[in-house]
Amino acid sequence: MAFVEHSVVSVTTGGARVEDYVALLKPRVMSLVVFTAVIGLLLAPGGIHPAIGLIAILCIAVGAGGSGALNMWYDAEIDAVMSRTANRPIPAGRATRGEALALGLICSGFSVGTLGLATNWVAAGLLAFTIFFYAVIYTMWLKRATPQNIVIGGAAGAFPPMIGWAAVTGDISLPSVVLFLIIFLWTPPHFWALALYKQGDYAAAGIPMLPNVAGEPATKRQIVLYSIVLVAVSFAPLAIHMSGWIYGVIAALTGASFLYLAVRLAIARDGLAMKKVARALFTYSLSYLFVIFLALMTDHVGQLLGWVAA
Amino acid sequence: MSSPSPAPIIQLSPAEQEARRKRQRRNSIALGLVLGVVVLIFYVLTIVKMGPAVFTQTDI
Repeated sequence: MAFVEHSVVSVTTGGARVEDYVALLKPRVMSLVVFTAVIGLLLAPGGIHPAIGLIAILCIAVGAGGSGALNMWYDAEIDAVMSRTANRPIPAGRATRGEALALGLICSGFSVGTLGLATNWVAAGLLAFTIFFYAVIYTMWLKRATPQNIVIGGAAGAFPPMIGWAAVTGDISLPSVVLFLIIFLWTPPHFWALALYKQGDYAAAGIPMLPNVAGEPATKRQIVLYSIVLVAVSFAPLAIHMSGWIYGVIAALTGASFLYLAVRLAIARDGLAMKKVARALFTYSLSYLFVIFLALMTDHVGQLLGWVAA
Repeated sequence: MSSPSPAPIIQLSPAEQEARRKRQRRNSIALGLVLGVVVLIFYVLTIVKMGPAVFTQTDI
């Protein structure tokens, strides 16, 4: 009874608290977006006023948060049946769908407009396209339609360094495309590893993730294939003379570990052991992306200080 | 044509009213801070875009 009364009060008075609004912005996803966007912005040739750079990063973060809120607005039913997402504000009854939609639209509009005024309209256009891609193309369409959902949808998460780069240069050039490709190719093995040990969740929610549709062996093969292509592409910054040996050494070591885990996952037979390796790969892939981008930055600083030649 | 039924009147206990007041107060403070940051962003943006010349008054 107490629960029912609480729910009614929440619904009729718009009961979301500050923490719930923050949760609607997906702060963990936001932190990765901010990190990769900052690296893109710092690697770009030319300069940007520190205050403008800070505002640009804030806009990219708010834009990412807005697309996260729009995702939660649309996906509330799916989130309610998956253990990983059941405690999100809308399925848990702490926020209404209307609140999420309003927050998502306001954040998206504000971030695109302000980024355009602060930097340039190429960066703002890229941010607008990223929000549209994540909220409409991925959330409303691909996620429910195809087991390749996260392959194509991964583009949304790969745009932030490109936006950071464009905020400085006003264009889309080869190095920023390489940054995009690294995240784009990283996304499938990262999410398929998650899908392998959370298969039941996705099946219950009716989302056609690869393990549910094509089976475990096919998913493992795809993970290995994408990991090989990812590690190969991670050497592209060396090939285009964007980075030097510091990055090369780190990319080789972390890439080898990535491949090792992917192959271990592919040969794991026992269900429980397989889930354990899948979880290890999922966790490792997060640190991999972090370290690779940090290595790009370290190498760049090394070049500026004259320690390394590109 | 039947008229829509009126919204139910919800009686909140004093404890619930207090919790609701607290929540609204926190939300108001947070919204105020966000608006303050927005004003600051546009102030800084304007000053930076106009450049240091904005502080040079040559026509006085």
